[in-house]
Amino acid sequence: MQIWVFAEETDGAPTSLALEMLTKARSLGDDIVAFLVGPGSAEALGALGAHGASTVYHLDPGDALPSAGAAAAMAELAGSENPDLILFGLQPTDRDVAGRLAARMGLPVLSNAVDIVIDAGSTSVINEILGGATLVETTFSGSKPHFVVVRPKSFTAEPGDGGDPIVVPVMAPGIGHAGSATVIESHAEESEGPKLEEAEVIVSGGRGMGSQEQFGAVEELAGLLSAAIGATRAVVDAGWVPYSFQVGQTGKTVKPSVYFALGISGAMQHLVGMKDSGTIIAVNKDEEAPIFGVADLGIVGDVHKVVPRLIEALRSRN
Amino acid sequence: MKIAVCVKQIPDPATPYELDSENHFVVRPDDQVLDDTDRYGVEVGLQLAEATEGEVVLVSMSPAGSLQGIRQALAMGADKAIIIDDEALRGSGALVTARILAAAIKSEGADLVIAGTESTDGYAGVVPQMMAELLDMPALTFARKLDHHDGTIRIERQTSGGYDVVEATLPVLVTVTSGAVEPRYPTFKGIMQAKQKPIDQPSCADLGVESVGSAGSKQEIVEVRAAPERAAGLKVLDEGEAHLEIVKLLEQAKVV
Repeated sequence: MQIWVFAEETDGAPTSLALEMLTKARSLGDDIVAFLVGPGSAEALGALGAHGASTVYHLDPGDALPSAGAAAAMAELAGSENPDLILFGLQPTDRDVAGRLAARMGLPVLSNAVDIVIDAGSTSVINEILGGATLVETTFSGSKPHFVVVRPKSFTAEPGDGGDPIVVPVMAPGIGHAGSATVIESHAEESEGPKLEEAEVIVSGGRGMGSQEQFGAVEELAGLLSAAIGATRAVVDAGWVPYSFQVGQTGKTVKPSVYFALGISGAMQHLVGMKDSGTIIAVNKDEEAPIFGVADLGIVGDVHKVVPRLIEALRSRN
Repeated sequence: MKIAVCVKQIPDPATPYELDSENHFVVRPDDQVLDDTDRYGVEVGLQLAEATEGEVVLVSMSPAGSLQGIRQALAMGADKAIIIDDEALRGSGALVTARILAAAIKSEGADLVIAGTESTDGYAGVVPQMMAELLDMPALTFARKLDHHDGTIRIERQTSGGYDVVEATLPVLVTVTSGAVEPRYPTFKGIMQAKQKPIDQPSCADLGVESVGSAGSKQEIVEVRAAPERAAGLKVLDEGEAHLEIVKLLEQAKVV
């Protein structure tokens, strides 16, 4: 079974989600191919090989937004190589390419997958709905390749015993106006400290923190614990912190050892992004808040009292 | 500028939705609301239409019901709406949805197509990109800011670690994130006018799209089951000492 995994290269490495998908692909198929979009650094190619890709198709998009060109190139290759399954991650560039490719080839996509099951030749995906309370299994009934868009942190990335992959350079075919979107500048907007996706401890705050100024308590606690800072969609929409801090359905999916939910009620949109964390600690004044349904330790109380006391207690230990 | 804005009517997210037991499709009440994330796209469309003496057409594939959600968007100021509600569409996947919306947009003609990044109920997250491919347009996606100048659209595209500045010339499709703009609230006058605005309701056949629904989408729900439940945790009412429980847990987890 031939499985392709889409991989975007950022800062010299494939996305962590690409490596998670490659790890899963190894358990499903015997012929694993990565389609890399980016400069193609030796480190990126090495990581793809180590995680199971025996071949890497490499497209350097230059300053073009890669979506349309990558989709056209993949469609040509898929037409001749006949992969069974192509995996994309639920993240911006992957989604752009997946949608365009599926429309170009006229084949369906199953999105938001938390697992992929291949049984007697049929491919199905598992989705979580209702904030993760219910699982839905959907199967493809049409021709291949089957396209699946995978949620982050559904699988754990682990290198295998693969060596350096065979690298095949690929050019985007001419596609005219549809391929004309151009990247003018790139800007980083990350906080200091660990990355959200990789942090062992995350301290997240919601609207219940009160104001942008009061959100400072979240940042202070995170600093003390060497934790990454997270936020709900409401907080990001209000402009207190940038989008790159957002945890949830439309933000990042995280799985730290310890997750603090401070002043977060626990809307489904947020829960799906953090409910698989190791230990969840929630502080909220509303004892009916849904966040308490997933919390290992739920404090019913005022974040403006509990959090400063916690900060004080942690400070006095040092 | 002629602007098509994709919107969706969804069950009120404040009340958990249900799946029907036979087909596992979402049960859709007569009164559905405008997907909150669509208000940003409507606002972006209205601002551009105002700046260019243009027109905003709403395009939607969702059960029409009372049309409450569509009228919410019309009340904000959109000029008209096309809503495709065909019994045959039940169970359609992302690609069929994109084909229907793209066909409706083609029939109307548009310089600019605007959509949210994903719907709150379906959440495939790939429909706009599919539409861009079907309409042969570039897609400027995940825009948190958008400027128009002389036929060129320039956006700030959210990335996982920051943002990119990306541009393309019309015709183009843009997906906008929540928070991109401050959506206006409908005025009383807007609400009254919305009742008179034209709402077209073409069928799939009118749009020339065949093979729709679950079968046409080549996908089938085979099982719906409850997820394993997470064990309930400890709940403590804070009386001044609850933070010590957190310290204890952090010690157990060897975080401190």
